[in-house]
Amino acid sequence: MATILAVDDSASMRQMVSFTLKGAGYDVIEAEDGQKALDKAKAGAVDLVLTDVNMPVMDGIELVKNLRTLPDYKFTPILMLTTESAGDKKIQGKNAGATGWLVKPFNPEQLLATIKKVMG
Amino acid sequence: MSVDLSQFHQVFFEESYEGLDVMESALLNIDLSEIDDETINEIFRAAHSIKGGSGTFGFQEIAGFTHVVETLLDLIRSDQFEMKADHVDLFLKSVDCIRTMINQLESGTPCDMEVADELKAIFTVLLDGENATSNDSNEADLIADANAQDSQSGVEGWQIYFKPELDILRTGNDPVRMFRELSELGELSVIAVTDEIPSITDIDPEACYMAWNLTLYGSATQEQVNEVFEWVVDDSELVVTPLILQAEVLEGTQENPAIEDASDENEIISVDDESDEMAASDAVDVKSSVVKKVVAKKEAKTENVSIRVGTDKIDDLINMVGELVITQSMLSELGKEFSIEKLPKLMEGLEQMSMHTRELQENVMRIRMLPISFAFSRFPRLVHDMSKNLNKKVELVLLGEQTELDKTVMERIGDPLVHLVRNSLDHGLELPEQRLAAGKDEMGKITLNAFHQGGNIIIQIIDDGAGLNKERIRSKAIENGLVSASDNLSDDQINDLIFLPGFSTAEAVTDISGRGVGMDVVRRNIQELNGSVEVESKEGEGSVFTIRLPLTLAILDGQLISVGEQVYIFPLVSIVESIQTHDQMIHRVSGGCDVLRLRNEYIPIVKLWDVFNVKPKHETVEDGLLVIVEGDNIKIAVLVDDLLGQQQVVIKSIRENYRPVHGVSGATILGDGTVSLILDISGLIKLAGVGRDTYKKISDANDNEAA
Repeated sequence: MATILAVDDSASMRQMVSFTLKGAGYDVIEAEDGQKALDKAKAGAVDLVLTDVNMPVMDGIELVKNLRTLPDYKFTPILMLTTESAGDKKIQGKNAGATGWLVKPFNPEQLLATIKKVMG
Repeated sequence: MSVDLSQFHQVFFEESYEGLDVMESALLNIDLSEIDDETINEIFRAAHSIKGGSGTFGFQEIAGFTHVVETLLDLIRSDQFEMKADHVDLFLKSVDCIRTMINQLESGTPCDMEVADELKAIFTVLLDGENATSNDSNEADLIADANAQDSQSGVEGWQIYFKPELDILRTGNDPVRMFRELSELGELSVIAVTDEIPSITDIDPEACYMAWNLTLYGSATQEQVNEVFEWVVDDSELVVTPLILQAEVLEGTQENPAIEDASDENEIISVDDESDEMAASDAVDVKSSVVKKVVAKKEAKTENVSIRVGTDKIDDLINMVGELVITQSMLSELGKEFSIEKLPKLMEGLEQMSMHTRELQENVMRIRMLPISFAFSRFPRLVHDMSKNLNKKVELVLLGEQTELDKTVMERIGDPLVHLVRNSLDHGLELPEQRLAAGKDEMGKITLNAFHQGGNIIIQIIDDGAGLNKERIRSKAIENGLVSASDNLSDDQINDLIFLPGFSTAEAVTDISGRGVGMDVVRRNIQELNGSVEVESKEGEGSVFTIRLPLTLAILDGQLISVGEQVYIFPLVSIVESIQTHDQMIHRVSGGCDVLRLRNEYIPIVKLWDVFNVKPKHETVEDGLLVIVEGDNIKIAVLVDDLLGQQQVVIKSIRENYRPVHGVSGATILGDGTVSLILDISGLIKLAGVGRDTYKKISDANDNEAA
């Protein structure tokens, strides 16, 4: 089964995302900031990365940049969780190599629909 | 699949409170002359998380309010807005407001939006200048959308030309994935345009040189088509044109109205369907929200007792239980074929077992321990607000914030601490001009210090203010009849007077302290936690309030004593000394109460056998032992048969298992399995009828006698 790395500094968001995805049959790895996510991505094969943008230590944009430098993650779908107000973040994320985005707030159904869009 | 989001609410509330604390302390630390980017970022991030979470979990009130807060923070962050002192206060008020709203949501009551709306209005005014332009563009978008909708009628599909940028694969976007998605919207035909593929020698295998001509048949809307390409549209060439089937156009005008009619009907039906559905889902929503409220209320009770524990602590516990199990299995192995030669091994095993048990106990206790920063965290704000009110300049120093303390003790020490800090700020520290006149720095200093000492935690509130005015305290105490003018009191005794009930030297009742709730309440609250509070002071240099608290309420250092067959326990902290008496020390006062004269102090004697109605070994004072204990500032000498050992005892509640019993604060189970009562000194004093009045009468009577 596909493994998804869910990155968010908010524990409630992480739990919600993780619960929803696990319920749909995905394996989920959680990380609370970009740096930890990068370490976990390096440690194991991840099929999709779902990351928040605003995080301490290493933000989502930096995480995308770093992931794209790794051979294993050159083509891996990376989705950013952003808010509407953060339009420039979408562009920054795209430039860094993100696949797409999911606009906050989203509900579990929207989350799954977006994941399915990428994973098929 | 539906996910019940309410299961994540509690975590959201908790992390929001943490976020608000972070915002608050960052706001208080801001140096307006030189705003630190990281501080603003930190505040922004916290607000952003709260907004995101509240939106996701359906708390629109909070999401809406936090949105304006976040928007202004974003402007400050990007240097488009200059932050001034007023704005810091505005943000602080917003923090309070959000906290209140979350509090209300947590307890299942609807949010009171009054304050939020007021603050929102202020934010809107601040933001107004910035937003005027972006609103216009939104409107333009809307019009464009409307046009797009118009052009859709009669569309039988879409002709799409899609030429992605070369790097599309490097962003994880796969055109095949998009085509698959399109094919879900209707019948799709794909024709690849391969003109631009370079010769094999020049090819970059990771680049995408292809373009596609796609035809999508069916009723998909332009919006649906655009959504498929949402993530790549900015970097790609994408042309979407409506596909009008040539055949239908040619077949004449008669059919068109019919088609239109049909489609109109369809629309009407679908609209009806939708509204029905909406009504139905509304009804369901209402029901489920009612159910949710009930659930939330039920949960509110249990929520109070939950505690967040670091995983490291839990890992330690599991580790230790593991060790205990190993030792236990070693012992039971030993027991199977035991012979006397194996005795040393048995002793060793038992020793190990007791070590593990002790460690386990300590670590279980640690689960309930939280760093005292939880109690200290409110003070920066409190001092900030109060010093402004009082026109004083104050620097607050927090030391030993990582010192750990039992959660219950922490919760109950909060109010006394606030009281003491307020007191230091209000009465202790002088106004800047007074400080300058006294040759001090105009900036006063209050230090909160916490550290462990033995089995206790010590919390000190230190100020460098004027110190206690002993003359004033003394005269006030005489005025209130607490001491007589002839009493010769030491400095410490004078300082201690401020903890007596009915004592207040505040010349004017201020908003901050001196509202009649005095230091006596502080002392009583602390004593209820088996702790003590003392004050040291030097006139002109400041005061130090020292609070001494047990680390936990679950365990008590006790002194075991016996009366007849019974074993009772005194809290070790309340014992002053234990003595064997002789005749000359005992005085009998009219009224039937015996008093002990000890170093010019008269202490009423309480016979424990009499109070609890048990048969003692020794009925008279001369044969037994007197344990002098102190509670509520009153000393009594308790007659007991014998002193046994001292040990740590685990407190079991009598109130919960039986009913409240006067003079007894709890019970414990001793090593031999018997139950022993833990004595409550203040209760015992009341039970024995030795109140302050008796105390005074005794000393008066004896003074007269002596005279």
